[in-house]
Amino acid sequence: MSEALPAETVLDVKNLQTVFFTNSGLFRAVDDVSFTVRRGETLAIVGESGCGKSVSALSIMRLVPDPPGRIVGGSVTLEGTDLLRLNDAAMRAIRGNRISMIFQEPMTSLNPVMRIGDQIIEAVRLHQKVSSKEARKQAVDMLRLVRIPEPERRAQEYPHQLSGGMRQRAMIAMALACRPALLIADEPTTALDVTIQAQILALIVDLQQRLGTGLILITHDLGVVAQTAQRVIVMYAGKKVEEATVESLFETPLHPYTRGLMASMPAVIALGAESDARLNEIPGMVPSLTNLPPGCAFAPRCKLAIDRCRQEYPPLDEVKPNHWAACWRAGEIAEAS
Amino acid sequence: MTEQRPLLEVTDLVKHYAVRGGVLRRQVGTVHAVDGVSFALGAGETLGLVGESGCGKSTVARTVLRLVEPTSGAIKLDGEDIAPLSKTALRPYRRSMQIVFQDPFASLNPRMTAGDIVGEPLTVHGLATGAKKQERVAELFQQVGLRPDQMKNFPHQFSGGQRQRICIARALSLGPRLIVCDEPVSALDVSIQAQVINLLIDLQRKQNFSYLFIAHDLAVVAHISHRVAVMYLGRIVEIADKHELFANPRHPYAQALLASVPIADPKARRTAPLIDGDVPSPINPPSGCAFHTRCRYAIDRCKTERPALQAAGTAHQVACWLNDGTGRGE
Repeated sequence: MSEALPAETVLDVKNLQTVFFTNSGLFRAVDDVSFTVRRGETLAIVGESGCGKSVSALSIMRLVPDPPGRIVGGSVTLEGTDLLRLNDAAMRAIRGNRISMIFQEPMTSLNPVMRIGDQIIEAVRLHQKVSSKEARKQAVDMLRLVRIPEPERRAQEYPHQLSGGMRQRAMIAMALACRPALLIADEPTTALDVTIQAQILALIVDLQQRLGTGLILITHDLGVVAQTAQRVIVMYAGKKVEEATVESLFETPLHPYTRGLMASMPAVIALGAESDARLNEIPGMVPSLTNLPPGCAFAPRCKLAIDRCRQEYPPLDEVKPNHWAACWRAGEIAEAS
Repeated sequence: MTEQRPLLEVTDLVKHYAVRGGVLRRQVGTVHAVDGVSFALGAGETLGLVGESGCGKSTVARTVLRLVEPTSGAIKLDGEDIAPLSKTALRPYRRSMQIVFQDPFASLNPRMTAGDIVGEPLTVHGLATGAKKQERVAELFQQVGLRPDQMKNFPHQFSGGQRQRICIARALSLGPRLIVCDEPVSALDVSIQAQVINLLIDLQRKQNFSYLFIAHDLAVVAHISHRVAVMYLGRIVEIADKHELFANPRHPYAQALLASVPIADPKARRTAPLIDGDVPSPINPPSGCAFHTRCRYAIDRCKTERPALQAAGTAHQVACWLNDGTGRGE
C-alpha cells in the first residue's frame, strides 16, 4: 500500500464515455470513467453484467462495435499516446503489440482451423520483422513460458485438441508474444474449473510480474480480485462507484453497493455458519441503462438511500487516503466502520 | 437420516456411454460418466454434489430422475426401486421428483405465458383445471416471490432471477419430495444469486422436501447443503457432513479442490496451485484410484487397486488408500 514513488504509468484513462444508440434510446454504457494502470500492476474492474466493465475494456482496445456504439468523450493514453486520436492503421499496429486482450471463452477466440503455433506466429510477424523460422522459435518459447508441456508438439495441434485450460494458456501465450505494455483479461477464468482457474491465475500473475506488464483484470468474482489485484474499481450502471487498494476495499468497503456485493456472497466455506442462515440479498435488480433513475443509480436498491441520493448524483470523493467512493453517505460509513 | 428410511437411496449407479467410430459405427470406447455411485438423501435434507466439469455430477442427477437411463444400479425412492420401471409405471413417481436447470433462458418455452408454464404440470398430471388451476398457479407465484398479475407475461419480460423463480414455481407445482437443482444460480449475477439461494432455503424449510444440489461454486454448495459429496471422474471420492468436509477434507482431491477456491480476503493470499494438469478423459480413466495421476501422495497401491468409500470418522466417508483408508488426515 505504501507507494512512495508511483511506478511508471502505462495506461491513463480519463473521463471515458462510451454510448450505444439503440431502438429504445441512447444508453451510456461507460459514463465518465477514469483510471490508471502502472507497470507491473494489476487493476481489477468488478461489477455485474451490464455495469460497463467489458465495454470499458473494448473502448481501450477501440473495439466497440460502431454502430451502435461510439466513444463520445475522454482520452485513453497508452505510453503517452492518446489511442482515441489514432487512425485505424495506427491502432492496428498497437493492438496485439502494445495492448493485448484475453477473453472468457478461449474456444471462440482461437481460430479453429489454424494450428496453435501458426496463430502465435501470425501475431508475432504482424508486429515484428522476423523470419518465419525466428517467429516459430518465439511461438514455441511462448508456449513453454505458459507451461504447456511438449510445446513443439502442441504448436502443431489445433485448438479442439487442447483442453480448456490449455487453450487459455495458448491464448495467454499469444497475447504476451509481443511483450505488450498492457494486458486486458476479460473474465479469463470464468469458463474454467476452480483447480484450473487457480493454475491460470497463478500463471497470469507470475508472467505479468516477470514481464512487467500492466494488467486489467475484469471479473465478477470478488475472490479472484482479492487473490490477484493490487487496486480495484467497482462499477455500477456505467459509472465507477468505488476505487481503492485491494486491502482497503476488502477491509472497509465504502459504497453500499460494494458492501452489498460482499455480504451477498456466501462466506467462502462458511465454517460454523448454519446451512439455513440467510444470505444478505440486495433487493431488486440492476437497472436498465436506458431508464436510469435521476441521482444515484443504486439508490432504488440501497438501504441507506436518503432524498438527496434520489436527486443528485454523488461525486467520487477521496473518503479515505487512496480510497474513493461515489456516495453521499460514504463519510458516515467510513466513520462507522 | 439414520432414524428413518432415506427418501432417496442410490446404490452402485453406473452410466456408460458408447463411443462409436468408423464407417460401421462400431463401438470404439466407453465413456465412464458415472462409475459406481452410492449415496442416500434424507427427507428435508440437502446433499451437495461438487466436482469439476466432466466428473459426472449432472449425469448422476439426471439418472436419478431417469431423464437419462442408468446402465446399472438401483435408485430407491421411498424404498421403491425406480430404475427398472417402465415409462408408464414411472409416471406416478415423476410427480415426486422435479428439476431446476442452470439456464433459465433455455428452460422456459418463449411462446408460453409464465402462468401456463407453471400450470402445465398440473394439466399433464390431471390435477387441476380451469379456475382451480389458476388459483394454484397464483399461489405458486406468490410462494416464489412473483406477483400473480405477472402470470400473463412471457418469459422474455422477466429478468434472469425472475425466470429462475418461474422454474422453481414449476418444479413446486406438483408438490415434489425431491428437487434436483443443477447449477441453479450459476447463470445469475452475484446480487441475484443470494435472492434465489434464500428462496430455495425458505421453501425447503416450509415444505420439507429434499434437494440434490449441484453447483461448481463451492461457496454456494457449502452454504445451502447439509452434506456434501465430492466427485472425481464418475466416482464419489469423499462424502461428509458439510462442516466436517470443509473443516477437515481428507481426500487429496477434495483438499486441492477446496484450496483452489479464491478467498475473498486479500490477506489470505494463496501460494502455489495445489494440483497440476487436467482431469483425465473419462473414456479411458486411469486404473486404480482415478486421481492417482495428479495426486502428490500417490503410492503404488493407488495405481492398481480402486479404493472404496470407507468410514473415516462420524458421518464422513472417503475413498483413499492413505493412512488405512482415512485419507491424509492426521
